[in-house]
Amino acid sequence: MFDFSVVTKWFNDLLVGVMPEWLATTIECVIVGALLLLGYTVLAMFYIMYERWVCAWFQCRRGPLRVGPWGTLQIFADVIKMLIKEVVGLWKTDNFLHKLAPYFVLVASVVVFACLPWGKGLQAIDFNIGVFFMTAVSSLGVVGILLAGWSSNSKYTMIGAMRSGAQMISYELSIGIAMLTIVCLAGTMSVTGLVQAQEKGWFIFTGHIPAIIAFIIYIIAATAETNRGPFDLPEAEHELTAGYHTEYSGIHFGFFYLAEYLNLFIVSGIATLLFLGGWMPLHINGWDGFNAVMDYIPSIIWFLGKAIFVSFIIIWFKWSFPRVRIDQMLALEWRYLMPIGLFNLVLMAVIVSMGWHFAG
Amino acid sequence: MVLLTIQNATLAVTAVITGAVLVFAALLIARLIGPRSFTTKKGETYECGIPTRGDSMAQFHVGYYLFAILFLLFDVETVFLFPWATIAKDLGSTALIAVGTFLFILVLGLAYAWKKGALRWK
Repeated sequence: MFDFSVVTKWFNDLLVGVMPEWLATTIECVIVGALLLLGYTVLAMFYIMYERWVCAWFQCRRGPLRVGPWGTLQIFADVIKMLIKEVVGLWKTDNFLHKLAPYFVLVASVVVFACLPWGKGLQAIDFNIGVFFMTAVSSLGVVGILLAGWSSNSKYTMIGAMRSGAQMISYELSIGIAMLTIVCLAGTMSVTGLVQAQEKGWFIFTGHIPAIIAFIIYIIAATAETNRGPFDLPEAEHELTAGYHTEYSGIHFGFFYLAEYLNLFIVSGIATLLFLGGWMPLHINGWDGFNAVMDYIPSIIWFLGKAIFVSFIIIWFKWSFPRVRIDQMLALEWRYLMPIGLFNLVLMAVIVSMGWHFAG
Repeated sequence: MVLLTIQNATLAVTAVITGAVLVFAALLIARLIGPRSFTTKKGETYECGIPTRGDSMAQFHVGYYLFAILFLLFDVETVFLFPWATIAKDLGSTALIAVGTFLFILVLGLAYAWKKGALRWK
């Protein structure tokens, strides 16, 4: 399997050889930033298209087909439209906070995006507290949403933001507990460590029943965290127009739209990292020929493939379940997912301390 | 170790700046190529189309506040559990009993809130 750290190390040595270290670091940071920006926008555009295709497929529609081959150019038209539309300046909003809100939402999602393990040696931020850092940063997004709703000075945005805030903070607990269960099994919080620990078998296979329960809890909580599927009550269009971003127009609205799709990718990426082995290829013990063939597929394809598969499941939810009410949404989290998650964590701890888990 | 942390912190700062640049640059492009006009009617709150009544930065349902407090409680608990979970393998049964007791007390708290009806949306 190709190791990307060979390329980065070679590039670093090349730069350090011809210029002072501070300049090399600056250039590297700029390149990392540019790559992040490129990956972020390209993936967001792909996801918008991907959701349209999947939705059309579920509804037996043909979906966008007219513009370009299979409607692939439609998304470029959307982006250009978003850019050239007027950003309306409202005079009853809290202007400063209104403009600040998209920064919070996008910065939180870009930083978590940079933490994902893209492939072997291909990862920007790799703290030893990895997944903990991710949860900490992603909760900043809630601040942005609350700011957006509050500063817009409109009743619908206010209700949408409050609902969204309540929903996101509630389901963040379940995400945290599902993460804890896996951290307990792996014995490390770092992203690289988590991926390395799954070399002999993905956690969903080696982690016994608790890992499967944690995976189900994580998927439900992730759907709610991204305000999607049956949990889209913050932007329930026939009740609240568009929820917390009703008063945003043009590219300002586009930022929330972008972050929403990227957050779908991010939660799928974290699910991949925690349960489906990150960029590790599928290995079956004893099948050496099969394993060797799997090793030929580049690690970045493994990661993207698994993340897109998890996103497919999350989009599937949207067309399978009706929207929940707010009391049902809170009851599901606080009365079911949270107690089950805590019990599951204790179960995992017992299994790990007794050494009952599969060695892989 | 310290060097690695500094390196990662630099990259984290890079990511933050990248996000901010993305927003700023896109806004700048939109400002440059998009139309700009202002009329009093256009600047009004949109809401759902009809004129807005009163101020919207008003009081809201207290239920949200209640759930925020409960969240705070359990989120701090998650923070406490992370260090334990990292080394749960090596600590063995003594730590397991300790954490079990800690979780039991917390679940008692949740049960109390449940019984009091704090988990019911009114």
